[in-house]
Amino acid sequence: MEHTLNKVFQGFYKDSVALMRLSRDLAAMDGVNEAALMMGSPSNKQILKDAGLLADDGATAEGGDLILAVRAKDSDAAKKAAEVIETQIMSQTRAATGDTVWQPQTIRAAAKANPDANLALISVPGEFAAAEARKAISRGLNVMMFSDNVSIEDEISLKVQAREQGVLMMGPDCGTAILDGVPLAFANKVTTGDIGIVGASGTGIQEVTTLISNNGGGISQAIGVGGRDLKDEIGGISTLMAIDRLDADPATKHIVLISKPPGKNVLPRILERVGQSAKPFTICFIGASDLELPSNATAARTLKDAAQAALGGDAFAEPAVSGVSVPKGRTGIRGLYSGGTLAAETQLILLDAGLKVASNAAVPGAGSLSDAGDMHKIIDLGDDEYTQGRPHPMIDPEIRRDPLAAALADSTVDVVLIDIVIGYGAHPDPAGQLAEMLSTMQRADNPTIIASVTGTEQDPQIRSSQIQSLQAAGILVAGSNADAAMAALKLLGINS
Amino acid sequence: MATDQDNLPFLGGKLSVINVGLDKFATELADHDVPVVHLDWKPPAGGDPELAALLSKMGT
Amino acid sequence: MDIIEKANEEAIRRMLGAEPVLIEVVPAGDIVPNLRDKMILHAGPPIAWDRMCGPMQGAIAGITVFEGWASDLEQAVIMAASGDITFDANHHHDAVGPMTGMTTVSQPMLVVENKTTGNKSYCAINEGLGKVMRFGGNDAEVLNRLSWIRDVLGPAMGKALRDMGGIELKPLIARGLSMGDEMHQRNVACSGLVLRALAAAMAKTSDDATALSEALAFISANDQFHLNIAMAMGKAIMDPVRNIEGSSIVTAMSRNGTDFGIRVSGTGDEWFTAPVEMPEGLYFAGYTEADANPDMGDSTIVETIGLGGFAMGAAPAVAGFVGAGAASEAANYTHRMSEICAAENPEWTIPSMDYLGVPTGIDVRLVVDSGIAPTINTGIAHREPGIGQVGAGVVRAPMACFEQAVRRLAEKLGIS
Repeated sequence: MEHTLNKVFQGFYKDSVALMRLSRDLAAMDGVNEAALMMGSPSNKQILKDAGLLADDGATAEGGDLILAVRAKDSDAAKKAAEVIETQIMSQTRAATGDTVWQPQTIRAAAKANPDANLALISVPGEFAAAEARKAISRGLNVMMFSDNVSIEDEISLKVQAREQGVLMMGPDCGTAILDGVPLAFANKVTTGDIGIVGASGTGIQEVTTLISNNGGGISQAIGVGGRDLKDEIGGISTLMAIDRLDADPATKHIVLISKPPGKNVLPRILERVGQSAKPFTICFIGASDLELPSNATAARTLKDAAQAALGGDAFAEPAVSGVSVPKGRTGIRGLYSGGTLAAETQLILLDAGLKVASNAAVPGAGSLSDAGDMHKIIDLGDDEYTQGRPHPMIDPEIRRDPLAAALADSTVDVVLIDIVIGYGAHPDPAGQLAEMLSTMQRADNPTIIASVTGTEQDPQIRSSQIQSLQAAGILVAGSNADAAMAALKLLGINS
Repeated sequence: MATDQDNLPFLGGKLSVINVGLDKFATELADHDVPVVHLDWKPPAGGDPELAALLSKMGT
Repeated sequence: MDIIEKANEEAIRRMLGAEPVLIEVVPAGDIVPNLRDKMILHAGPPIAWDRMCGPMQGAIAGITVFEGWASDLEQAVIMAASGDITFDANHHHDAVGPMTGMTTVSQPMLVVENKTTGNKSYCAINEGLGKVMRFGGNDAEVLNRLSWIRDVLGPAMGKALRDMGGIELKPLIARGLSMGDEMHQRNVACSGLVLRALAAAMAKTSDDATALSEALAFISANDQFHLNIAMAMGKAIMDPVRNIEGSSIVTAMSRNGTDFGIRVSGTGDEWFTAPVEMPEGLYFAGYTEADANPDMGDSTIVETIGLGGFAMGAAPAVAGFVGAGAASEAANYTHRMSEICAAENPEWTIPSMDYLGVPTGIDVRLVVDSGIAPTINTGIAHREPGIGQVGAGVVRAPMACFEQAVRRLAEKLGIS
């Protein structure tokens, strides 16, 4: 039988908002048909009466008393609900209200609240990235745009706008930067020093900065500009601005440029700007040949060459890869790369040794994978065809599993080359993951696997620990990606 | 030897970042003691790229 | 876009430069422009009789009887439906009204003058809570109260205000914010401040102690008395901001219970409308969401000037209507609104938020871009006419209004 229960708390005040909230909770309880908590003023008692909620107890309440009124399907349900709410009434006076922290939703609000902010790091989906960058630039923020899939028209307009505002536009598709010693996105913790880097390639910057850092040098700033900056459409806007900044930076004594070969019209502009500087430059346009450089610039064929040149030109004292076995009568090299520029560097070294090379990211002189035939295959697993709907292999090396199994089972493959790229942003233990992958694969009379680790001892994954994991898995480890490629040539009995 | 002048921050002030997108980047920057505000980002204009582009041309 | 930024700077300059003063109370027929006999001004964008919600129709029937145009409610409905009565939006006549927002010739209107620009705005006097005309109430009790307001309270307030030279509203609001009001759902402090400012002058200008006592008692008993003053003030501040070429600042937000409408400075007097949303909040005993009418009233003019939902940080008690009620949560509402506003008001600050100024100047570009809809604090009316207020809570302005405004502004500026 429906039952109306009133409970009166004498001289107990709560404000009407708190009471309405409690009323709502009470009304939502099992078996409750109607409920209210109100102070016992005459007008409130009238409201309770009209709602069929006033019992004899409640009718005696005065203005300073709190009435808990509940009408439920039976007296048990009413009692139970009233007890729960009574506990809440009493505990609410003590319950701390959890602080909620405001998180701005827009760049505009974040910049207003943090007037010292000077860089926007943008990694939202490409279709929205340009709009966000535009907002950041118009507020005077430098931009590092990790996002890709941004149209070339947007890239041009953003870079022109950035140039007008006097801020740096790094990217789109800028994976790496080191500013004031802080690694941004995919980058390594390197020693601070006097070498400045401008690069249109993320892994290229990572390889050169870590080689310099691991061989006694240091980095002042490393500025990524995005893979298309030196195309003729873009005109090298960001590269030129980055050179200006480093040229004016007293902490930078030597500047290294890393990129694929620039567009025909851009190249002379870049070299002209280099020639205007009093600082020495190292130019590593991977795959470019016959560059006519100004007198303050030195050309580097590979990333390792660039690092060596920046440190004065002496060859690194890297231990040779030990344990290189005799050829097994096969001749094939298979590269399975997560870093596009590392894959390019390997192609160059093989091409320079007179080999025929095919790649899905071919450098000038290499063939395409589709008509590879007997050629050596260097695969860039970070290319779009592998990463559609999946994380980049530097984040999740799982992409390597199938191509690795295929290479191990391929009777023409003698050497497998692998890059392990560590640092911020990267997988927490790529070497361990590779070892685990290999442990599941048959490899009795398998190809030799040669790897290199791009990274430093200060990186979260610790370079030496990664090397140990690789060696424990029977993988040969070279000092650099270039050294790994050279070791592969040596294994095949090819003198480079 | 580095002089005081050599240690001027590259962007004119101490690096201070507004992170728009992957929260991992914000966490890593905070680990480096870089001041970072991570946006509670939502696709602009309710996820309509055409309207978002129109707005960015209107100076948002 | 430089033209938009410059235009918005001008809009903000006019908003912050306004000097609103409550100067007098005058019958609507004597002062509201283009208001005629058998004409009813209502809240929200313009709407025809057959699209009006229940409370709006109820209020129209009631006010028609009150004005003596019909002898009873039934006849009033017939007249309204047959076109014998002209309807128009308050906003088209320098006026605003809460909830149903009825404005007719014989009602006493609060007059707020913006001394900077000289324009005047009008709003009827708040009737109190419960069964009242602004929530669609129309029985004898409601009509009697309106008669008393017309015959006693209005003239008494008018005399007092003229005698004392008016009440400056900007400092009054500043004090109210520091006392926990946000001036939409909570006007306790400001109502008290108004009473304090008026009492002596009302006593001085009264020759009827009983009437004076009744008038003072009425104001004292009504926590929302100041709401209608804040609304007339909002209209007086925003009207001079209309028609600045290129400006993306909202000059009015308003609802008629069916449509939500906004006007934007750079797009002139065009309304951008969308179906109004249901408020979320807490209900008085005996009522639930099922009883609620969709959102209604011109009172959103207070959000347009940075109060109400925008000043929630000043009034943590109000935040309880929508969530756990932590003070930090109330502050978050204000932070959130600052993301869609062009400026902060340096004179209207929130002490508990380190004297942050209330977010001022809703920018339609920022609303659409961020997807953050203006948060409006509101009372909730019963969907049936004649019952009155059943709860209070918040409601979001529909995004579609702002999207239309953005596209129209872009079109006007030749941006595609």
